[in-house]
Amino acid sequence: MSAPGEPPLVEFVDVSIAYRRGRRWSRAVRGVDLRLGAGVTYGLVGESGSGKSTLALALLQVLPPNGRVVEGTIRYRGRALAELTPAELRAFYRSVALVPQDPLPSLNPARRVGRQIEEVVDPTGSSGPATRARALEMLHAVGMADPERVAGAYPHQLSGGMQQRVLIAMALAGEPDLLVLDEPTTNLDVTTEATILDLVRELVRNRATAVLYVSHSLGVVAELCDRVAVLYAGELVEDAPTRELFERPRHPYTQGLFDSVPRLGTNRRLVALRPIPGRIPSPSSLPPGCVFEPRCPIAIEDCRGEQPPLEPAGEGAVRCIRWRDIEAGRVDPHQSATPSRVAPSTGEVDAVLDVTHLRKQFPLRRSLNELLAGRPQRAVRAVEDISVTVRRGHTLGLVGESGSGKSTTARAIVGLDPASEGTIEVVGEPVARALERRSQAAIRRLQMVFQSSDEALNPYRTVGATLRRPFRRLAGLSRAEATRRVTELLQDVQLTADFASRRPSELSGGEKQRVAIARSFAAEPEVLVFDESVSGLDVSVQAAILNLLSSLQEERGTGYLFISHDLAVVSFLADYVAVVYLGRVVESGPAERVLQPPYHPYTEALLSAIPLLDPAAKRSHVRLEGEVPSAMEVPSGCPFHTRCPRYLGDICRDQPPPWRETTDDHDIYCHIPLDELRAEQAPAFRFERSRGPERGEHG
Amino acid sequence: MGRFLLRRLGFLLLTMVFTSLLIFLITQALPGDVARILLGREASRQALDQLRSQLGLDRPLPVQYLSWLWDLVRGDWGTSFSTGQSVRALVLARLWNSLELAGLTLAIAIPTAVTLGVVAALYEESWIDTAISLASLSVVGLPEFITGLVLIQVFSFRLGWLPANSSIAPGTGFFAALPSLVLPALTATLVLLAYVARLTRASMLVELNRPYVRTAVLKGVRWRRVVVAHVLRNALLPTITVVAISFGWLISGLIVVENVFNYPGLGRLLTFAIARRDIPLIQAVALVAVLGFALANLLADILYAAFNPRITLR
Repeated sequence: MSAPGEPPLVEFVDVSIAYRRGRRWSRAVRGVDLRLGAGVTYGLVGESGSGKSTLALALLQVLPPNGRVVEGTIRYRGRALAELTPAELRAFYRSVALVPQDPLPSLNPARRVGRQIEEVVDPTGSSGPATRARALEMLHAVGMADPERVAGAYPHQLSGGMQQRVLIAMALAGEPDLLVLDEPTTNLDVTTEATILDLVRELVRNRATAVLYVSHSLGVVAELCDRVAVLYAGELVEDAPTRELFERPRHPYTQGLFDSVPRLGTNRRLVALRPIPGRIPSPSSLPPGCVFEPRCPIAIEDCRGEQPPLEPAGEGAVRCIRWRDIEAGRVDPHQSATPSRVAPSTGEVDAVLDVTHLRKQFPLRRSLNELLAGRPQRAVRAVEDISVTVRRGHTLGLVGESGSGKSTTARAIVGLDPASEGTIEVVGEPVARALERRSQAAIRRLQMVFQSSDEALNPYRTVGATLRRPFRRLAGLSRAEATRRVTELLQDVQLTADFASRRPSELSGGEKQRVAIARSFAAEPEVLVFDESVSGLDVSVQAAILNLLSSLQEERGTGYLFISHDLAVVSFLADYVAVVYLGRVVESGPAERVLQPPYHPYTEALLSAIPLLDPAAKRSHVRLEGEVPSAMEVPSGCPFHTRCPRYLGDICRDQPPPWRETTDDHDIYCHIPLDELRAEQAPAFRFERSRGPERGEHG
Repeated sequence: MGRFLLRRLGFLLLTMVFTSLLIFLITQALPGDVARILLGREASRQALDQLRSQLGLDRPLPVQYLSWLWDLVRGDWGTSFSTGQSVRALVLARLWNSLELAGLTLAIAIPTAVTLGVVAALYEESWIDTAISLASLSVVGLPEFITGLVLIQVFSFRLGWLPANSSIAPGTGFFAALPSLVLPALTATLVLLAYVARLTRASMLVELNRPYVRTAVLKGVRWRRVVVAHVLRNALLPTITVVAISFGWLISGLIVVENVFNYPGLGRLLTFAIARRDIPLIQAVALVAVLGFALANLLADILYAAFNPRITLR
């Protein structure tokens, strides 16, 4: 790190940051002390509302106009940033760089990418052969196959992953001493995330740049960072070297985070997740003592008194008066474990949803020229061939990258965008493709939970009114009876009866998603389709929702079709998994078979891309080149051959692969013989086989 | 782009056919009989009938419409009932005057309004912002005949700098007419100013808070360059549309302003024609006005696309 006597690169001293809302200032960050040495990769972890992005923006001196550092000092190379003159501030800006969460809005829509990178090299905006060469060099360094083309493009013409590479190229073009990454991969696919993280790791290693990596994902931090600071409700609660934090978390909140994250290889039939109860306090209504006390499983009377100090512990620091008890094992900081009550899968039960050879095309209009030339009409082949079966009381997980056709499949199954071909059977009875041609009974049996409950709930209607509707319309109940059932339903999703009179704007994200789930259950469906329904939630909230879904399924025997890009979540909830690529199932079978070798090379790449919650993990990295091809031009032969790391040769390009069955029900759509796959593939993670409540390993 | 233009021009043609029908029907519905208007109360029944057949008014309506439309297309816009002059010559001369006034108005209004809007946004919620908002809003509320009269009072009667009467003679060149144009243009500017300035301010504030501004600042780019090279270009997109559309209004909608200053533009020609039930003139002015609006809209779309790389015209 830094030599003795020399100031650290970055130093936060007792920093508080407030935002103005109307006339009131509320402190989003309070009393943060943090030191970041040159060349260190520091992780800043927390859920939404923790203040982690605020802290990063304050360090870069780019807080939004209504935000201000109200107390304390941020120093850079020993100089207080608040005291810099405008010219010094510009020099500071040139020595730091930011890679933000949303790449597209961070690029000027009206200027070409190349010019925007050149401006880093020369902030006066003049362009010459030297700046142009540098821009191309940077685009090349971040792995762009065709830098010239990218430099000449406008931001909206690039994919999300490419846009993020452009921002990284931009950040590194100025050779910064400090690089701040604010959730740079949150909106990207795991496969893209993995290549971006590889890139950051490599670029940082070569340049000895200090990195502040802001993330909500413990896995990403474990893969990348030397040291981690955990923020909760605007306070630093723990700070330690990564290994130490992951092996021996000292703060109950850190422990709670670990307990909430579903790990690859655990399943709800083996263990239940342990969510953190309650919700993060808002800056305007903080508890008097420790901020985490209201949600803490080991809080005692003293915790309610005054704010605990940040005490040195091991090689780090922790803000909890009971940390010595935790470390010595005298108290159990885990959220009380609800042992999994879900019965093991009984296998052969009847199917509640049977989808065969589903196909969905969006035809493109032919232009006059194309019509005259007699060219055939082209179509976006969003879904090519998907056959799935959901069994009573069981969950089928559907996974794949964005652009694989997952959401189109969901919408086609529930009839919102009717399928072009294929049959859909619910409880053995065929249903019409279009929603408006389905009977009330068919609609009642097949319901959907959307990704964003914000958009799915009518903001002007109370929760009670929203939930009464399916009872009245689909079950034909009287008003009084419907109201009674709403109260029961709210209890089932662990909300109190008074929620019936609230409106969506008064609810938190997790509460809204509970209401959306309650509504879909109101009709007592046989099958529920979930489209990324837990993706937008913080892990501690997500864990509670996953447990809820699991217990509701156990009570009611509903079949789930669970669509997600998050393989860890799918592996937790699903009994069966289908992997889709370019609108086609490439592997399907029981979850524990699909997620272990032998698997389809695409599944292998997906699994290999997932960050593990283990800083010490060593594993082979399979990385995918490029992006999912356009659904307008699906490759011939095996659709995956253009990106396949195990590409055999012409056969993959020319012929559609055979379905290979490993054991009962597990099928792989690949040219490579199973024995070869088995011989060459390593398991991506360790599978848990024990059953019942146990202490979660934190490694 | 070429195909886009072709399609839009076809659409424009359709619009014109439709509005010509509308205008024809409306003028048919106007109270009063053309022949009686022309010949006066005392005319004999025989004279009236003779004139009607001479004008073709005894033919069925569809035939009248089609022959009128055909004449228009051929360039024969008819003869004014009240002046006996060629409608075409009359309208084109006035159109030219209106274009001059519209051009000058935009030349004054746009730079002023944009500057005010940008400054107000850059100093959001400071006294400058408040002053600009207050001033522009209080002006926009005043009707044109008030602001026009105040301007005349100050600049013509008190200071004697500019003429109060803008009734320029036909054939006057632009520079000779310029002094007469300034006051009407200023009055029209005051109508547009607040609207354009507030629009510019609002879109500037939206753009200033976009993350790409932060990206530019973090490059170490000077603030002035951030505003000019990054923000302005994006912020002016909505303004461009509004300005182009307001061009249509300036050509034919300045009825009050032209009347206050006695300016011989299309607006005044229209009031003149209506007062005299001069049907061929009303029809021609109305059609030219519609064409002006339609072209202004097309121009707005083209300009918007030209400045916005996210839009390709197809």
